[in-house]
Amino acid sequence: MSDTPKIEVSRRGFLKGAGLTAATTVIESASALARDAKEAMQPDRSVGPDAVPVKLHVNGQEHTVTIEPRYTLAETLRDHLGLTGTKVVCDRGSCSACTVWLDGTPALACMTLGIDAVGRKITTIEGLTQGAEMHPVQVAFVKHDAMQCGFCTPGMVMTCAALLERNHDPKLADVKHAVSGNLCRCGTYPKVFAATLDVAQQHQRAAYLLTLNPAKEA
Amino acid sequence: MNKFAFVDCTTVDQALAELKDGAVIKAGGIDLLDLMKDGIVTPPKLVNIRNVSSLRGITASKDGLHLGPLATLSELAAHPEIQRDYSALADAAGHAATPQIRNMATLGGNLTQRPRCWYFRSSDFDCKKKGAGSDECHAHEGENQYHAVMNNSTCAMVHPSSTAVPLLAMNAQVEITSKRGKRSVPISEFYVPPEKSLINETVLQTGEIITGIFVPAPESGTRSAYQKYGEKESFDWPLADAGIVLVMEGERCRKAAVVMGVAAPTPIRSQAAEAVLTGATINEATARAAAKAAMQGATPLSQNGFKVQLFQTAIYRTILLAAGQMQRDPSAIG
Repeated sequence: MSDTPKIEVSRRGFLKGAGLTAATTVIESASALARDAKEAMQPDRSVGPDAVPVKLHVNGQEHTVTIEPRYTLAETLRDHLGLTGTKVVCDRGSCSACTVWLDGTPALACMTLGIDAVGRKITTIEGLTQGAEMHPVQVAFVKHDAMQCGFCTPGMVMTCAALLERNHDPKLADVKHAVSGNLCRCGTYPKVFAATLDVAQQHQRAAYLLTLNPAKEA
Repeated sequence: MNKFAFVDCTTVDQALAELKDGAVIKAGGIDLLDLMKDGIVTPPKLVNIRNVSSLRGITASKDGLHLGPLATLSELAAHPEIQRDYSALADAAGHAATPQIRNMATLGGNLTQRPRCWYFRSSDFDCKKKGAGSDECHAHEGENQYHAVMNNSTCAMVHPSSTAVPLLAMNAQVEITSKRGKRSVPISEFYVPPEKSLINETVLQTGEIITGIFVPAPESGTRSAYQKYGEKESFDWPLADAGIVLVMEGERCRKAAVVMGVAAPTPIRSQAAEAVLTGATINEATARAAAKAAMQGATPLSQNGFKVQLFQTAIYRTILLAAGQMQRDPSAIG
């Protein structure tokens, strides 16, 4: 429609580019610290208050980040690993926007210290997708228009996906209970419930079809 | 947050050795990080006990319930034997905070969280509880709609622990360990009212760790329930909550425990309410009379008179819930 060439610059991309110089400096000092493995976090050894290299297992990959003990997991994910899908809203555990999975259980990244996540499997919203394929809960959120401003959405999706992991056949009350800590100021709850129950029904239908024709499973 | 050192411990002995020079214990970290982010506490070092495996676990045996202080609220709420035999505890743990917080928050941390009072929780206010030379209680003259309605003349804070309420009704014991050894404190003596100490809310001393919570097995015929009421349907601090334990003999109540959470600066039992129920048949009339007795002597502040009525409702409905005469109240926080 328009002759103006489309310039693909996003606000986040711009900010990331602008921060590159500063980030390089951090990476250099990080590798200097990482060289001294004795400084690294280990049981019964006091570390900090200055930055210390720690290994975090995020979305199936191990990362070494150099963080002060006071950095929260949310800050570590966003500022050190570029995983900005995890949102920080209240930073006090009151809104659940920062919900991630720790060893498969929904937890608050803003009330977890990054250093305390060592040895735990961290799953963020970025880890739910399989390559370019969205998680069924994400697909259902799009289908049911379960978001408005979108800020609570990653936390909401993490909570609903975790519910479906442990309960393949949740009822409306289960979904309401699961998201009771995820605050949405836009009031998208009815759509969130519909989306989650839709995924559950798809699971049930698929399971039912398998019982009719188990050979198809292969 | 202030800068701090961090040590990850795997045994109680290691944690005790690290507890010096202002170092504080971190378990689930929920209340501690909240206080640190608001600048209310600025510890130089965190002693992480979250990975001390001996402090985990829930064991229901013949003599009672042995709870590791690192048991999370989610674990307590989901435990089949707690749901069956100690249902008020499952109710309280399952209705605290949010599902995510319940996955992280520990029983020990829930019992030792600092009190709720927005003046105490704001770094903009000094008060007598914070020391620093101030002898004011801003709640007495200021905004006090969520504050204590009983025993509130020194300091009108409330202790918000949900689990402390049923644990007090069930005569739980808190096992405390230090380098000097172990001691066991009945939970009725665990909390310290502001008249005794403005600074310490519990008997825990520096260098001590909670290493276990024991709940004696219920007598036969025991029924219990917990409900809390707030401004929101879910995820809210209680404005009134009640933990009820009834030992029934047929229709008659042989023993009763009536505990209120956020009525006073510490969780309190109401002997007056228990006297009404003991020996009585539980019905609407006796439940109402007990609820009324529990609020005798209340001293509400300028804005929290409504809590006196709300407590009566909470106690009345929770007695009937415990007795199996009423469903869980849909207007309670779920």
